[in-house]
Amino acid sequence: MSNNSPPVLLSVRGVSAGYGPSDVLHTVSLEVREREIVTLIGANGAGKSTTLMTISRIQKLRAGVIEFAGHNLASTPPDQVVGMGLAQVPEGRRIFPRLTVRENLEMGGFLRHDQAAMNRDLERVYALFPILKERDRQQGGTLSGGEQQMLAIGRALMSEPRMLMMDEPSMGIAPILVVRIFQAIKQLRDEGMTILLVEQNARAALRLADRGYVMETGSITLSGLGRELLDDRRVQEAYLGE
Amino acid sequence: MIMSQAVVSESVAPVAMGWGDVLSQQLITGVSNGMIIAMIAIGYTMVYGIIELINFAHGDLCTLGSFLALTMVGALGMEAWAGMGGTAAVVTLLISSAVFCGALNWTIDRVAYRPLRGKPKLALLVSAIGCSFILVNIALFWGGLPMEVFGGGNQAAAPKDFPSLISNENLLGAQSAITVTWRDLFVVIVTVPLMIGLTWLVKSTRLGKAMRAVAQNPIAAALMGIDVNRVIGSTFLIGGALGGFASVIYALYNNTISFQMGYRTGMDAFTAAVLGGIGSLPGAVVGGIVIGLVRALSDGYIEARWTNSVVFGILILTLVFRPSGILGAKLREKV
Ligand SMILES: Nc1ncnc2c1ncn2[C@@H]1O[C@H](COP(=O)(O)OP(=O)(O)O)[C@@H](O)[C@H]1O
Ligand SMILES: [Mg+2]
Repeated sequence: MSNNSPPVLLSVRGVSAGYGPSDVLHTVSLEVREREIVTLIGANGAGKSTTLMTISRIQKLRAGVIEFAGHNLASTPPDQVVGMGLAQVPEGRRIFPRLTVRENLEMGGFLRHDQAAMNRDLERVYALFPILKERDRQQGGTLSGGEQQMLAIGRALMSEPRMLMMDEPSMGIAPILVVRIFQAIKQLRDEGMTILLVEQNARAALRLADRGYVMETGSITLSGLGRELLDDRRVQEAYLGE
Repeated sequence: MIMSQAVVSESVAPVAMGWGDVLSQQLITGVSNGMIIAMIAIGYTMVYGIIELINFAHGDLCTLGSFLALTMVGALGMEAWAGMGGTAAVVTLLISSAVFCGALNWTIDRVAYRPLRGKPKLALLVSAIGCSFILVNIALFWGGLPMEVFGGGNQAAAPKDFPSLISNENLLGAQSAITVTWRDLFVVIVTVPLMIGLTWLVKSTRLGKAMRAVAQNPIAAALMGIDVNRVIGSTFLIGGALGGFASVIYALYNNTISFQMGYRTGMDAFTAAVLGGIGSLPGAVVGGIVIGLVRALSDGYIEARWTNSVVFGILILTLVFRPSGILGAKLREKV
C-alpha cells in the first residue's frame, strides 16, 4: 500500500476459530482501513458470520491475532469490543422483539452516558430511516423484515462506532428495501464510517465496496479492489452467476 | 408437608361461621399464602426468562433462608425484643435472609451454572437438580445442629417451631367471625412494595433493560455492550433475595419450618410460575395468588390431603392445554 493510504483500523491475521473439534476458519487474514468499505463475500456456510462473530469476540479465538485501533482483542470480552468502537449488525438482525423501536435503539447506546449526545444520534438515526421514527413506540417484533434491518443498523449506530460490521443486511428483505439499505450504507461511508460488509448479493456489494475478500470453506482465497473482483472470471462464475 | 394448613386452621375465629364467612376466611388465607408463593415464583420465572432454566434449587434456597432466620432468632434472643424491638427483629430477619439468599443464589449460578452456558440445556438442568439435593442436605444438617431455638426437636428432619414474632390477634375484634391478623397485613405490606419495586426495576432501570435484552437475545445483548454474565448473575441475586424475603415471611406467617419447606412451597411456586406463564413477572404474581387461593379453597371445601393433587392437576392441565400460561400469550414480557 502507498504511504498516503489511510491507517489500518481492523487487522485480522492468521485467525482460526470453530464450534466443534475441527476449525471452521483456517488462518483467515484481512484488514480494513479507516473510511473504507470492505466486503467479504462467499457461499453459504463459508464462514463469513463466524469471522464477524470471532472479531466481535462472541466466538472463541483459537489462533491468530485480531487488532482494532491498535488494541489486541485476544482477551477483550464482547461487551468491551463495542465500547472500543467496533459494532456489529448481526446476521438475522437479532433485534429485541419485545422492546419498542425506541428502546431497541437505546440499547445500542447502552455503554454511553451523555444523554444529549445520544439524543442527537437518535435524531440522526431517525433522519436516516424515517420509518423508525414513525414506529418508535411499536414493539420491534411487529416490524417487517426490512424495517427490522433498519432498526438493527440504527441500533448499532447508537453505540457511536468507529467501524460497523454488517452481516448480510439484504437477506430476506423486499428488493425495494434492499435498495434503501444500500443507499444508507453509502451515506454512512460518505459521512466517514468504516464498514466491513458481508453479503450474499456479491454484485451489489462489490460495486459499493472499495475492496473485497472472497471466502471459501473458511479460507480467504481471493482479494482485491471491488472493480477487479467484479471483472475476475472466477468471481463471476462462482458468485455473479455469469 | 401439612404444616401451614394446620396453623391456619387454628387461627380461625372461635365464633360460628356462616358459609360467607368461611369463604371470606379462605380467601384471606389464600391471598396471604398466594403472595408468599408469588414471591418465590418470581425467582423461578426470572431465571427461566433469562436462561431458560427451571432452577430446581430455588425452593431449597428459601429453606436455607428460613433456617438462617430461625438461627438468628435464637442467637440474638429476638423473642425477647418487645414493642418496636419486635419490628426491628422482623426487619433484621428480612434483610439478613434476603442478603444471604441473594448471595447464595449468585454463587450457585457462578459455580454450578455459568460454566455450563453454551453446553446442552440438559447439563444445566441436571446441575440444578444436583444443587437442589445439596441444599436440602445442608438444611438437614443445619436442622440437626444442637440449638436451643430449634423447638420441635433437633432431630434433623423434624419441623422446627418458628417463634411468633408477629401478633396473631384478630384486627377485626375477637367477636368477628372473620379473622384478619397482623400477619396477613404483614404479608401484604412487605410483598406488594417489593413487587412494585421489582416491576419498576425491570421496566425502568439500566439493569432492568439489560435483563430484558439478555432474555430476548443474549448475543445481541452482548453486541450492545452488555456484560451478559453479570446481568445473569444479577438476576440470580435479585431472584434469590426475593426468595429470602419470602422465606422469612413464610416462617413468620406459618410459625413452622422444615427442610422440606422449599420442596413443597417451591413446587407450589413453580406451578404458579407455569400457570401464570413462565418468564412473565405479572404472570408469576397472578399465578401465585391463584395457587394460594386454590390451596385454601381445596383445604376448606375438598380436603387438605387432596390439595397437592389439585395443585399438580392444575400444573398438568396448564402444561397440556395452555403451556404459555394465563398471561404467557398476551404479555410475553420475559423477565
Ligand atoms: N453455532 C454453530 N454451531 C456449529 N456449527 C456452526 C454454527 N454456526 C455455524 N456453523 C458452521 O460453521 C460453518 C460456517 O458457518 P457461517 O460462519 O455461518 O457461514 P456463512 O456466514 O459464510 O454462511 C458452517 O459449516 C456452519 O454449518
Ligand atoms: Mg452467515
